[in-house]
Amino acid sequence: MTMTSPQVAARAGAGAPAGQSSRRASRRSWAGWWFIGPFMAVFALVFLAPIAYSIYLSVFRNQLIGGTAFVGLDNYARALGDAQFWSALGRVSLFLAVQVPVMLFIALVVALALDSGRLYGRSFFRISIFLPYAVPAVVATLMWGFMYGTRFGLVGNINQAFGLNLPSPLSSELVLASIGNIVTWEFIGYNMLIFYSALTVIPKSLYEAAEIDGAGQLRVITAIKLPAIRGAIVVASIFSVIGSFQLFNEPSILKSLSPNTISTYFTPNLYAFSLSFSGQQYNYSATVAIIMGLITMAIAYAVQVRGMRKER
Amino acid sequence: MSVQTAARPGSAGASSPAKFRTTRLRPARIGRRSRRSLALTLLMGLVLLYSLAPLFWLLVNATKTQDGLLNSFGLWFDGDFALWDNIARTATYDGGIFLRWFANTVLYVVLGAGGATFLAVLGGYALAKFDFPGRKAVFAVVIGAVAIPGTALAVPTFLMFSQMGLTNTPWAVIIPSLISPFGLYLMWTFASEAIPTEIMESARIDGASEARTFFQVCLPLLTPGIVTVLLFTMVATWNNYFLPLIMLKNPDWYPLTLGLNAWNAQAATAGGEAIFNLVITGSLLTILPLIAAFLLLQRYWQSGLSAGSVKE
Amino acid sequence: MIKTLTRRGLLQSSAVAAALALGLTACGGGGNAAPQQTVNSDAVEQALQKGGKLTVWAWDQSLKKVAEGFEAKYPNVDVNLVNAGTGNDQYTALQNAISAGSGVPDVAQIEYYALPQFALSKSLADLGQFGAADLDGTFTAGPWSSVQAQGGVYGLPMDSGPMALFYNKELFDKHGIAVPTTWDEFLEAGRALKKADPKAYIANDTGDAGFTTSMIWQAGGKPYQVDGTNVGVNFSDAGSTKFAETWQKLIDEDLLAPISSWSDEWYKGLGNGTIATLSTGAWMPGNLVSGVADGAGKWRVAPLPQWEKGATSSSENGGSSLAIPAASSQAALAYGFLKYSNVEEGVQTRIDGGAFPATAKDLASEKFQNTEFKYFGGQKANQIFAESAKNVPAGWSYLPFQVYANSIFNDTAGQAYVSGTKLKDGLTAWQKASVKYGTEQGFTVKE
Repeated sequence: MTMTSPQVAARAGAGAPAGQSSRRASRRSWAGWWFIGPFMAVFALVFLAPIAYSIYLSVFRNQLIGGTAFVGLDNYARALGDAQFWSALGRVSLFLAVQVPVMLFIALVVALALDSGRLYGRSFFRISIFLPYAVPAVVATLMWGFMYGTRFGLVGNINQAFGLNLPSPLSSELVLASIGNIVTWEFIGYNMLIFYSALTVIPKSLYEAAEIDGAGQLRVITAIKLPAIRGAIVVASIFSVIGSFQLFNEPSILKSLSPNTISTYFTPNLYAFSLSFSGQQYNYSATVAIIMGLITMAIAYAVQVRGMRKER
Repeated sequence: MSVQTAARPGSAGASSPAKFRTTRLRPARIGRRSRRSLALTLLMGLVLLYSLAPLFWLLVNATKTQDGLLNSFGLWFDGDFALWDNIARTATYDGGIFLRWFANTVLYVVLGAGGATFLAVLGGYALAKFDFPGRKAVFAVVIGAVAIPGTALAVPTFLMFSQMGLTNTPWAVIIPSLISPFGLYLMWTFASEAIPTEIMESARIDGASEARTFFQVCLPLLTPGIVTVLLFTMVATWNNYFLPLIMLKNPDWYPLTLGLNAWNAQAATAGGEAIFNLVITGSLLTILPLIAAFLLLQRYWQSGLSAGSVKE
Repeated sequence: MIKTLTRRGLLQSSAVAAALALGLTACGGGGNAAPQQTVNSDAVEQALQKGGKLTVWAWDQSLKKVAEGFEAKYPNVDVNLVNAGTGNDQYTALQNAISAGSGVPDVAQIEYYALPQFALSKSLADLGQFGAADLDGTFTAGPWSSVQAQGGVYGLPMDSGPMALFYNKELFDKHGIAVPTTWDEFLEAGRALKKADPKAYIANDTGDAGFTTSMIWQAGGKPYQVDGTNVGVNFSDAGSTKFAETWQKLIDEDLLAPISSWSDEWYKGLGNGTIATLSTGAWMPGNLVSGVADGAGKWRVAPLPQWEKGATSSSENGGSSLAIPAASSQAALAYGFLKYSNVEEGVQTRIDGGAFPATAKDLASEKFQNTEFKYFGGQKANQIFAESAKNVPAGWSYLPFQVYANSIFNDTAGQAYVSGTKLKDGLTAWQKASVKYGTEQGFTVKE
């Protein structure tokens, strides 16, 4: 299946495929809108309209006492000087820098192993490693939260069995890593499948050629497979960047177990949520969301540009 | 289908190192040596263990009573095997509301995921096969909108839906589920690979309308991609949590995730009965249909995947 | 109900709430109270006879039976009881509905600590128009003062949470430790218990805004001063200091189990002797019976330990009221339901269902006082609870933005439980953050 065929994926990552016009069926016409139209109509309703409304909100300020006033860009200025916002951003950046590479690396290794044809029980591996993706984040976090327990949880059991004194995975030093573990668990299979699908469509002729040249497995991987699925890697990275910057479900659920190490501004999304829902600060919350959206887009764009440059 | 690869400049063949000859010399088998490796299988076994252990925990604990849950080792079975009793209680608790939630979830999945897949297929087809004004902007806008944290858009979306009289109805859950940016991306890449432009051209020459060309000629070619997108949107809809939480107040319209959360929260209300065992059993019952769908649809993936691999 | 301030639902961080239709008037219409005219209380009776459909948002499960009784008594009324979420989840839903101006219920369950926030924004109807002021003396002092704000009555107390010390008698007996009557003895007992069994803790606490404010309330502290939009926040008074100093010792000596209330570990710990005591509201027995079956017969109830030997001061923790959103078009009918549920027949229905009432008459009744709790080895625990309800210091108030303040407790004061921060400094940080928020919201705040 070509769901992430390398070339197209790479182009999709670029935002707009180029050089395909020769293959496109019709000349420039509005006909395509008959097909993209329904998607865009619903999209406008559930994404664009609320975003537009948020942008509108972001230039006002509302107070419990005193009502609403137009404040121009004051909310943006406030966000830039908001230490809580920056600490949240720093935290997800760290998360992004560590968790995403680890997760994608494992997913890639698994995909390569499956593709190598050297595994016993390949389809069992494939389906089993994909299964965690089927578990709702709510359920996944509750499960891991239980296992993290140092008294009656799995960590507690291990401590008891081996006479160890492992620190609590929810302590302030480890809580981010523990969340990273849950996210990794949930999404290895998903990313693995993207890579694996891309690998399966690499033309056989390339392998044959390599065979003839006497290239070893490792050489085949570095010289053929990885370059061929770069597009898929770029796309998986972009979706992971977005996922990391929007980290919310896992910390918000774990917070009930560890209220002091997961603050209300633990991630930018949690901060925006808390401002809006606990603090009634819809205007400032909208501002934080818009700034985060811009930063996310910038980083996703950078990932994509970098991915493309390597390919050239 | 090899037409596409051949026709495209800059395809994998061209971007791989020149020293490998890309001509086809021998039957495809050679490239894939099937020497099985025990070491690699064991290494992957670790990832497998990591993926399955929490699910095993869920399974084990679904067999325990509320009492056993709190007083026995987490990763092994308790003396009483209460799975059937738990399932019966889960299904009948509070007048059988769990079954109602289950039916709701199925409704949301059928209409939400089905609709999302349909829109994504149409849209992906348009992006891949038509040149229309604004085409380049579409994906950039979609990715950009996805980068805005959804939690901050919740209140504006709620207010808009409320104006339209949609809150507290199934539509409030279904309509936002209709958008799957990742599905759109997948179908875009898939359609550009799977539908030879020539087929479309000849259909048009025969006088077929655009709609007819799509439904009768192109749609069948897209089946493996559609199954994949359906799978992803099903998971997303089945696990949807945050949006229903904001939009629905009437438990009669809850999906399973929200219902389970309500049961979990019940333990924290005065006079509320702690039913962690039912929460866990309910969680297990919630993910079982998805796992079943994976296994069932795996046949299609496999055909999709292998279709890709024999492409050359 | 009584969901306590300590509850932690999945979206706990999200506490929500409050007021403000203002915020989103651009989009929604409702929420602003029309000028209240005084309604003849006959109007309520007429509305009850005429009937109609009432939508009630509440998570208290005992209300189901109350609604049935109400419908039986007034056959023309149809009650639609909806569980729109517990605590903060429901406040979010309510706030959203008020902002949107549609889908607002006729009656909503609101905890005492959150009530001022809704009252201040005029999101709730002043029940004075139905003669609610005449109910003075019907309820115990703590809950009754909690439903008054801005010179009006904004809800009728449904239940209350006079505090008591729940303790695992078996554990105390086993180690020969006396049940503490003062907080100093509590500290001593904690030390002795730790010595006897390093795995046992005198209590669990991971920092909880509701518990902390209740404790300061008992100690006579008044950190919040509220006069309309003039607000004072100050955690350096004597009561707050007493609490902070004692609790600092418990934290420093590692005597508090770092287990969050309402988690499965917590239920486990209460049953297996890891957690020896629980200082909380009188609504707790029902939860022990259903969640800690192992503890049956082992647990007992004692009066809350005192800050000064021989004193009898107590406090309130949790408890909620039923209120009528200003946007309801059937306020008179809704008030009929409130009265039935919280003053008339409904009270007994709810007591039978395990609830702890807020009505003075029922607390004093012989039947209530003599109820024996099998879970507590036949102890007549209601006598202790009723006594506690009488001894709650007057003059306490919550902030008109308490829901938000509580949501950031763990960002500030909670740090004392996991780092080197002193609780006193943590409370000061909480104070500063609350002041900052209040000022941003247009209140006149002084520290």
